[in-house]
Amino acid sequence: MEMQAKMGKLNARERILALLDKNSFHEYDLFVEHSAKDFGMESKVLHGDGVIIGTGTIKSKPVCIFAQDFTVAGGSLGLMHARKITKIMDHALKMRVPLIGINDSGGARIQEGVNSLAGYGEIFFRNTLASGVIPQISVILGPCAGGAVYSPALTDFVFVVENISKMFITGPSVIKSVLGEEISMEELGGARVHSEITGNAHFFAKTELECFEQIKTLISYIPRSNAKKALAYPPKSPLKGRKIEDIVPLDPRIPYDMRDIIRTITDSSEFLEIMELFAPNIIIGFGRMDGETVGFVANQPMVLAGVLDCDSSDKAARFIRYCDAFNIPIVTLEDLPGYLPGVDQEHAGVIRHGAKILYAYSEATVPKVTVILRKAYGGGYIAMNSRHLRADFVFAWPTAEIAVMGPEGAANIVFRKEIAEAENPDEMRQQKIREYKEKFANPYVAAAQGYIDEVIEPRETRSRILHALQVSENKSVFLPSKKHGIPPF
Amino acid sequence: MKELIVQGAVYKTTFTRKFEERVNWEAPNINMLYSFIPGTIIDIFVKPKQKVKEGETLLLLEAMKMQNQVRMPFDGEIVKIHVKKDEVIPNRYLIMEIKPKK
Repeated sequence: MEMQAKMGKLNARERILALLDKNSFHEYDLFVEHSAKDFGMESKVLHGDGVIIGTGTIKSKPVCIFAQDFTVAGGSLGLMHARKITKIMDHALKMRVPLIGINDSGGARIQEGVNSLAGYGEIFFRNTLASGVIPQISVILGPCAGGAVYSPALTDFVFVVENISKMFITGPSVIKSVLGEEISMEELGGARVHSEITGNAHFFAKTELECFEQIKTLISYIPRSNAKKALAYPPKSPLKGRKIEDIVPLDPRIPYDMRDIIRTITDSSEFLEIMELFAPNIIIGFGRMDGETVGFVANQPMVLAGVLDCDSSDKAARFIRYCDAFNIPIVTLEDLPGYLPGVDQEHAGVIRHGAKILYAYSEATVPKVTVILRKAYGGGYIAMNSRHLRADFVFAWPTAEIAVMGPEGAANIVFRKEIAEAENPDEMRQQKIREYKEKFANPYVAAAQGYIDEVIEPRETRSRILHALQVSENKSVFLPSKKHGIPPF
Repeated sequence: MKELIVQGAVYKTTFTRKFEERVNWEAPNINMLYSFIPGTIIDIFVKPKQKVKEGETLLLLEAMKMQNQVRMPFDGEIVKIHVKKDEVIPNRYLIMEIKPKK
């Protein structure tokens, strides 16, 4: 127990009490014991079989919770341990309240053999049934290895803490003995790796207490179940700071921080960013507008020019589906040059990954509002909640450029002959780029077709989105009846 | 600030760690045989300048308790052998240079 504390870890009970409202926690199944009879287990008493389950409230909202206790047999998962977890999962699904799982376990309890595998399977099955019905949150506060990783992977949000969380399918020792590759646990599956490289984690914290604060904030933004809307807060204005029209440079090749734009739009300028470190070329997260939760999807020109690629498509698509499942309207802020070119992207499957974002926007029936700030080129324009994928409202700033591609690329193709035959090809190219820019690099060609509903002044952005959301409140659309679609997973 | 070129336009921006660490693609050279898994060379059946037919076993590479036969991909000749018997090699290690029959 002291060893755990030295690593900056709280014990299972301390964690639950730190996360839930004071005096709100009620524990169940405290007296459950295992009935394993092999390998000396018959003489071992494991208190509560290594896991605590119960109910409580966070910011007065009810939740179901379980926390694995590493100090009891390494938090290993045996039959009764799994039964306690599935009991509280069933409870959460039946009562339609969020489920929070705190994972801190050495893995399957080997002495219980196939029964512990059965336990994992029962948990995965319930994770899948509950998906899109109640919010499911996984908190990785210790090791979570082998099959155990798949429960968090099936849930909506995964929280990790630096130096404490470790997730992997095969550990460093096996990798070394089989493949000869030497790597530390932290480098293989630490918090930073999953937040930055793999995309398995959604929230990264430096301490457990910081992590619990993040969970409380998240809970405040999301509804209790898919049958409800998120609770509204008292409406507030954005803070007075930089003016929205001063943030975006006119030259579409010069970057800015899109988060500054979001903060000029949201109540109190608050924004809860999700997956901040993974694929930061796209931004996802929650804010409030006039007290109501809104999901933001926004290109980030500051990173990789805001392109769509495999990772950013995955990241945005899953978030769009989350918002759609939980009745959260989606606001899309667009400024991107298209998809990222490169052999690595093509070979990594940018076709099927990129398709996810099209799928997610197309099937989403929550209110969908798009604002095009500057560039909206080619496939990127279609993908970012265009009218064609059934955006409800599409606004464009006067600086918007909606075109098949940027003027540079387009001029090279359209005027290839003129440029090649010119006395001074470079000069001719520049002239043709200017010509193309004048004709197409504006919002009016798309507006003439009705693809853009209106060209708006930047300073009107918040009020126009608010009005659009207000008008969309009773939105009702019908999709063809089906068992389920086949998204390009 | 870094520069990223997308369809002829040069964008000022920053890169992610994942983007910076991406491996640039190179066309494979069919005359170079690389290991596809780390392991131990437990036997070598050919010598330099030897003529070898397509499908003939060149050497045995043991990895994960399996003896993998590394075979000649086309009719040709052994140019140079870069490994010795019992040598432990990593993944993507140059094992042998070969050349096709003229």
